[in-house]
Amino acid sequence: MNRGALSPFAQTVLPILGAGSLILAWQFLLPLAGVPAYIVPTPTAIAGVFARNGSLLLSNLWPTAIEALSGFVLGNLAAVLLAIVFVHSRTLQAAYFPVVLFFNTIPVLALAPVVILIFGLGMLPKIVIAAVICFFPTLINMIRGLESASPSEHELFRVLSATRWEIFWRLRLPRALPMLFASLRIASATAVIGAIVGEWIGSDKGLGSLIIQATFNYQSDRLYAAIVLSSLLSIGFFMTVVAAERWSVRYR
Amino acid sequence: MAAPAIETSGLDVGYPGRHSPVTVISGLELTVEAGTFLSILGPSGCGKSTFLRVVADLLAPLAGTIRVMGETPSAVRSGRGVGFVFQESTLLPWRTARENVRLPIQVGRRSLSRMIDDRADELLELVGLSALSERLPHQLSGGQRQRLAIARALLGEPRLLLMDEPFGALDEITRDRLNDELLNLWRRTGTTVLFVTHSIAEAVYLGQRVIVLAAHPGRIVADHDLRPLKGPDNRCSREDPAIVAAMARMRSALGAAS
Repeated sequence: MNRGALSPFAQTVLPILGAGSLILAWQFLLPLAGVPAYIVPTPTAIAGVFARNGSLLLSNLWPTAIEALSGFVLGNLAAVLLAIVFVHSRTLQAAYFPVVLFFNTIPVLALAPVVILIFGLGMLPKIVIAAVICFFPTLINMIRGLESASPSEHELFRVLSATRWEIFWRLRLPRALPMLFASLRIASATAVIGAIVGEWIGSDKGLGSLIIQATFNYQSDRLYAAIVLSSLLSIGFFMTVVAAERWSVRYR
Repeated sequence: MAAPAIETSGLDVGYPGRHSPVTVISGLELTVEAGTFLSILGPSGCGKSTFLRVVADLLAPLAGTIRVMGETPSAVRSGRGVGFVFQESTLLPWRTARENVRLPIQVGRRSLSRMIDDRADELLELVGLSALSERLPHQLSGGQRQRLAIARALLGEPRLLLMDEPFGALDEITRDRLNDELLNLWRRTGTTVLFVTHSIAEAVYLGQRVIVLAAHPGRIVADHDLRPLKGPDNRCSREDPAIVAAMARMRSALGAAS
């Protein structure tokens, strides 16, 4: 192995070559090895689904995207607000943080049927599941982020007789942003997982229900196309979060 | 005659411990004239930084009284009478150099902040950082960051400047240069400076008066007036035999106490 630094050109081209080689192996080696198309269809077959059934895929993408995005916004907003309450009130944190910890130990998959029972079969239960799945990591990271200002930074603000409000806006919140974005990046993928899991349990539209239908109907190429689309949706959310982070955390 | 900058009587300084308060300095008697450059010299653990925090109203005294410019520490703090420079520059990394200096006029009670003129550009000029005013702190050197922290502390024209080992993390060459710049700033502004350090050379070079603290228990073991050696404008040469002799006296005071 050569251990020297790679040129920028190599750094751009090598990942493309790496992914390309795997796709080529998938396209040509897997059928040669005797893997049947109903288990793993070739990349071209999957691309064919996008060409033939584009409108079907798109009509199932939108519900999932809306559910994931709404859940992402609601779950993270609730987590951020609760973190702000917790860091400003030791009493409330001591009283309710253990309860939150307990709820986090319940697997989301086990919770999903209950959520469907409560909220029915529309989009709302999927939004709730996506929100629940985003909530906890952001709560933990946001509390740590809001507490991450150093003792001398707090002393500086106290010497200046800053109010709690000013300490929050000008010190705690900016200090918390890098940690908030770390959890938002994770949440961008888990929100999509939450929406899809919700659709599995009860829905007739969305990528989750498309995955279930395609599986039961042995439409493997359609199943794989739905998986690829779910992944693209996550990547889209992830890139948006990264762009927002670049814009708001400009130092370092 | 103006009130002394600092006047303490029977002052106990320490931390509110888990079960009972931990006293670091007990029975401190100290009077500092307004306008003085006072060096507070001592080993770690002697309570010199803790004392500074009591003066700045960051910590309540455990017992005794302290008056800062004739008022309580809390009245002085809420009237923006003090500037504090920490050992770490404590600059906010998401703010440019200029915006860091302007922090004191953006926080605190509105009426107070309005009283302070926006002298940020003037102060940046004074500490030689005008050209770097749009840089972020991580794009500056350690010495430049500490200059910026001093400019920020001076923005409200405090009557009292508290400095807690501000140059402790810098290399000796930068530290010597910043010592000279600090003395120039002090001559121009006329504020009282309480400068905490564990460097004997720095304490003697900067201070008109040096108090030496010893640890366990924290107490004043020596109090030297250096004005006879340095003249009214507090100038001296590090090689001056009288200055070298003063350093030797403080070293032996510290040695005898431990």
